[in-house]
Amino acid sequence: MQPKENAPRLKQNRVGMSDTNLLLLITIVVFFVMYTCAVVFLKSGFLKPQTFFNILNENAALIILSCGMSIVMISGGIDISVGTLTALVCMSCAVHLDHNGGNVVTAACLALAIGLAFGVVQGYLVAYLEIQPFIVTLAGMFFAKGMTTIVNATQFNVANEQFQALKSTRIYVPGMGSVTKKGIYVPAYIEIGVIVALVIVVVLFIVLRRSKLGRGFYAVGGNAQSANMLGINVKRTKFLSHIICSLLAGIGGFVYFMHVGSGSPSHASGAEMNAIASSIIGGTMLTGGVGNIVGTFFGVLSLSTIKNIVSSLGLDEAWWTNITVAAMICIFLLIQSIVLSRKNSKKS
Amino acid sequence: MSEKLKTTNGGVGSFLLRIVRQQIFIPIAALLILVLFNLIMDPSFFKITLSTNSAGNPVFSGYLITILDNASELAILAIGMTLVTASSGGQDISVGSAIAIAGSVLLRVLCGTNSRPEVLQAPIIVAFLACCFVAMLFGGFNGILVAYFRIQPMVATLILYTAGRSIAAWINNNELPIISDPTFGYYGNFIPGIPVPTPIFIALACMIIIALVLKFTNLGLYAQAAGINAHSSRLNGINPEVIKLISYMILGICVGVAGFIKVTRFSTINYSVVAKDIEMDAILAVALGGNALSGGKFNMGASIFGAYVIQFLTTTLYKLNVTSTALPAYKAIVVIVLVVLSAPTVRAKLSVLWKKIAPKKDVKEASADAA
Amino acid sequence: MQEGIVLEMRGICKFFPGVKALQNVDLTLREGEIHALMGENGAGKSTLIKVLTGVYQKDEGQIMLKGIPGAVSIRSPQDAQNQGISTVYQEISLCPNLTVAENMYIGRGRGAVSWKKMNADASKLLDSLGIPAKANQQLDSCSIAVQQMIAIARAVDMECKVLILDEPTSSLDEHEVEKLFKLMRDLKAKGVAILFVTHFLDQVYEVSDRITVLRDGQLVGEYAVQDLPRLQLVSKMLGKELDDLSSIKNPEDEISAGRKDEPLLEVQQLHSTAGIKPFDFYIDKGEVNGFTGLLGSGRSECVRAIYGADRVLGGTVTMNGKKIRISKPIDAMRNGISYLPEDRKRDGIVGDLSVRENIILALQVMKGFFRPFSRAQAEKFADEYIKLLDIKTSSSDTPIKSLSGGNQQKVILARWLLTNPVYLILDEPTRGIDIGTKVEIQKLVLKLAAEGKSVTFISSETDEMLRTCSRLVVMRDRKVVGELSGKELTQNNIMATIAGGEA
Repeated sequence: MQPKENAPRLKQNRVGMSDTNLLLLITIVVFFVMYTCAVVFLKSGFLKPQTFFNILNENAALIILSCGMSIVMISGGIDISVGTLTALVCMSCAVHLDHNGGNVVTAACLALAIGLAFGVVQGYLVAYLEIQPFIVTLAGMFFAKGMTTIVNATQFNVANEQFQALKSTRIYVPGMGSVTKKGIYVPAYIEIGVIVALVIVVVLFIVLRRSKLGRGFYAVGGNAQSANMLGINVKRTKFLSHIICSLLAGIGGFVYFMHVGSGSPSHASGAEMNAIASSIIGGTMLTGGVGNIVGTFFGVLSLSTIKNIVSSLGLDEAWWTNITVAAMICIFLLIQSIVLSRKNSKKS
Repeated sequence: MSEKLKTTNGGVGSFLLRIVRQQIFIPIAALLILVLFNLIMDPSFFKITLSTNSAGNPVFSGYLITILDNASELAILAIGMTLVTASSGGQDISVGSAIAIAGSVLLRVLCGTNSRPEVLQAPIIVAFLACCFVAMLFGGFNGILVAYFRIQPMVATLILYTAGRSIAAWINNNELPIISDPTFGYYGNFIPGIPVPTPIFIALACMIIIALVLKFTNLGLYAQAAGINAHSSRLNGINPEVIKLISYMILGICVGVAGFIKVTRFSTINYSVVAKDIEMDAILAVALGGNALSGGKFNMGASIFGAYVIQFLTTTLYKLNVTSTALPAYKAIVVIVLVVLSAPTVRAKLSVLWKKIAPKKDVKEASADAA
Repeated sequence: MQEGIVLEMRGICKFFPGVKALQNVDLTLREGEIHALMGENGAGKSTLIKVLTGVYQKDEGQIMLKGIPGAVSIRSPQDAQNQGISTVYQEISLCPNLTVAENMYIGRGRGAVSWKKMNADASKLLDSLGIPAKANQQLDSCSIAVQQMIAIARAVDMECKVLILDEPTSSLDEHEVEKLFKLMRDLKAKGVAILFVTHFLDQVYEVSDRITVLRDGQLVGEYAVQDLPRLQLVSKMLGKELDDLSSIKNPEDEISAGRKDEPLLEVQQLHSTAGIKPFDFYIDKGEVNGFTGLLGSGRSECVRAIYGADRVLGGTVTMNGKKIRISKPIDAMRNGISYLPEDRKRDGIVGDLSVRENIILALQVMKGFFRPFSRAQAEKFADEYIKLLDIKTSSSDTPIKSLSGGNQQKVILARWLLTNPVYLILDEPTRGIDIGTKVEIQKLVLKLAAEGKSVTFISSETDEMLRTCSRLVVMRDRKVVGELSGKELTQNNIMATIAGGEA
């Protein structure tokens, strides 16, 4: 009796590798294969710890944006306003610091406030007025884009000393470093933004895994109607997903600002596409309900590694990176589409 | 007595309501508001003068001509975008990038390997056809992703949106070819002796063609049926997937034509800014034409009309010294107002509100709504 | 309230605009019983359940629950759950991408969740109910039957006194149904009152203790299962007393009898993805026949397979002696086969299009993409059929969705008549439409047959079938179980064949 019952159970578990895990696995494998290839074939510094940490330094903001994007996508929506929102935050903070004589703390608050305002409006329109998220955030994207130039039309570097000090803070990673040609040991460092990004990744990972709200995102994205039947407040959950995403865009904007130290209307252009691409590569399904923050993190790393590879191949023309990014989105979208149709055919 | 009064009131009210519900009403109302605004601000907005341009040709000039001229690409795109929206319930956001590709192909064919050719390497008509064909292929790529892989249209077209401008740059090795042949410029500006900008004629030709296509084929019926109810269209022998694919390919052709106009305007191309943000305007044109962005029934005329209204809005904003970079912010507000007003939940609430007020002051409310 | 009664509904009425969905219906559920709720389509089963679960508000009547003095009011599904009434729907309403334990506990209670405790609780409950699933397993890696059971486990854990199972077995195989029944019996032993809605007669007799029968929104009666033989149950559901049935005689019978040498259309061992057992079927020229059986017996799936609406998995189709291949609807249309679908909203009308466009749609598709009808021609067709079928519409420009159900159906009928088919399949053409229109459609069917067209007619109403068909194929549980023609064609025989077994 007992072995008979055990046998099908085992089989079920083996088949039952969830989509989240499967897609996450693909992403991590892709990342390591790519990085290994880079180390083996290109040798141009990929083995140096600093090369890796620079990927983090440059992409801290993108990691934060992508986390927000993943949450919206897991709950079945999308937000394409995060890129221009980042630019708006940069510009507003820059103007606040240099022209209005603000300090770093109020600038950070300003960044959060802008993010929150976008989140509330977009979330309300999507969740409570049931307008397609793409249209709402498309409008948000253009609004932020226009507002950036209304705040200040040209690029300028921030001179505020307090901010400069913050910007150039380096956190040295113990035990990592490399010896230059001249024989001097240079320790590897990361910027503050990386710490912020890592904290956000860890917190969101726990929230999505363990909190009621986090599971609510998955439930709503997986099947909103069922989620409603199970007693989840679907509208509020969607609303919150947009608030979190825009808030993270605010934080990401500030981190980006700390990295570049200037305000410009062309900052972070296309960041929304990179964030979506990272989420997709990281195994977040566009149809909602499937995704993983760790995957998104690796998605960003994969994306930037491929960009680095492209540029070290000598193909540093901007077009190749965009084309490879688009090709990667395309491939991962097709994988998702196939996973989905296989699942559907299994059901019927 | 009072009852009789009520019915007449209701009659007038429902008459106004019927006008308000006409699809073309929204763009016309928007246009009227804009016209009125400009009349008050500066009546010279509507002045058209006949002058001589630098080449010594007589040309019409004035804001209205500028609007008609500049809206040509948008109107052409609106044609394809309407079909795509109707059949697939989503929009193509890659049209701007695809225009860059189409323009790049055009220049590549005309210039060959030399970016400053003395003579054109191919007849303009050949280059034009090549550019339309390539644009159609890219449209087909989007269409396959949407129809057969069932990826949401906006996300599927995201791929081309990301890669498009880079592909365009790659086609011409990132060089910026310039065509010096003056006849090339005729298509984007003026043909000597004709005082009306050529793009207006091209747009007109596209409209006539699509009108003929809609009249002499079942494209309209099929696209609407597939967009409204794919199940029932299938049971009536329509293949909804093929219809979606075809509509994306038609949008591709429209992109090719629009790209042709864009390039001939300046006889060169700037990959990163050509037709920037035009996808937003094209989607807005469809929405402004009163077509549901979720697909289904469409009104081609209203969409095209919507495109001109948007150009009117753009030109008005320019005239108010709004810089081109700040423009998106204002348009975004218009989009939000439009989609909020057309959202089903909002409409349901409004109609409840309407019913509450309507019996008492029918006429007043209707006219208030119309304004 | 009497001892042992958990729930009592008295004199429940529910009205929709123009329809009395429920009139004076009573329902009594006792502790530890499995109570079957039976009735044909439109009998009011689902309305009653929706009233009970708070989806609809009753217009009249009372609901009483054990342990609560006086009548209770149930305002929402949430409210129903809090009062101990849980429902498991036919379509599983769980989230496939969450784990089993999460599905059992999410959306309940407040405050922080202890994941460990939740998983432990879930495991304990799953074990105690004998459900073969792990607490931390993702739901969609479980079979449909197990998912169904998990939904039940969730309901049980919410300390429900009343458990409503709305067609829980329709997507399960026999083995899975057995497991579900075992679970139901276990719950019954624990004192839960189970309201079981199904259209499988065998299953009713296997697990139920009592049966309540509804018909046309009214209560027919409540019976102990051993007092109600199958045949009587079927007759009560269909609303025909056994004795006075034989009086209805089909006058058309003799005309269309007489087998010709070669059938117009013959199918052999046809089956499709919709899950019907392979079946044989033929129809002669000028014949009206029908598929009969209870709802869900597979009658629609059979005709859909013939028309190519579902993907055909095997079998042959012969028309006029020639083998033909129908893989998609257009193939069937080209061979002169028309199909009026069962689900008018989903498969029939194209809602936003006008009546005119809906009428010409099929003929237009057959005529070809590049040859559209002129506006005048289309209008002529539309006006002709609006007049012929007496379609009530303000103009041919009116969107079809604003018409009444009966008129929508006539438009769809017009669409197919316009294609001048040789073989017309009408799947529930009279559902949800008024009596007058029903009779018109029946007359039309006979007229078409007299003109030499073949018609397959499906209806939930047996007397309608008797009036029009000369031969009936009887189905039960997704397979063909009999064929009746000529003198055998009586209500008694049909019901006996539908009921099957030892009637």
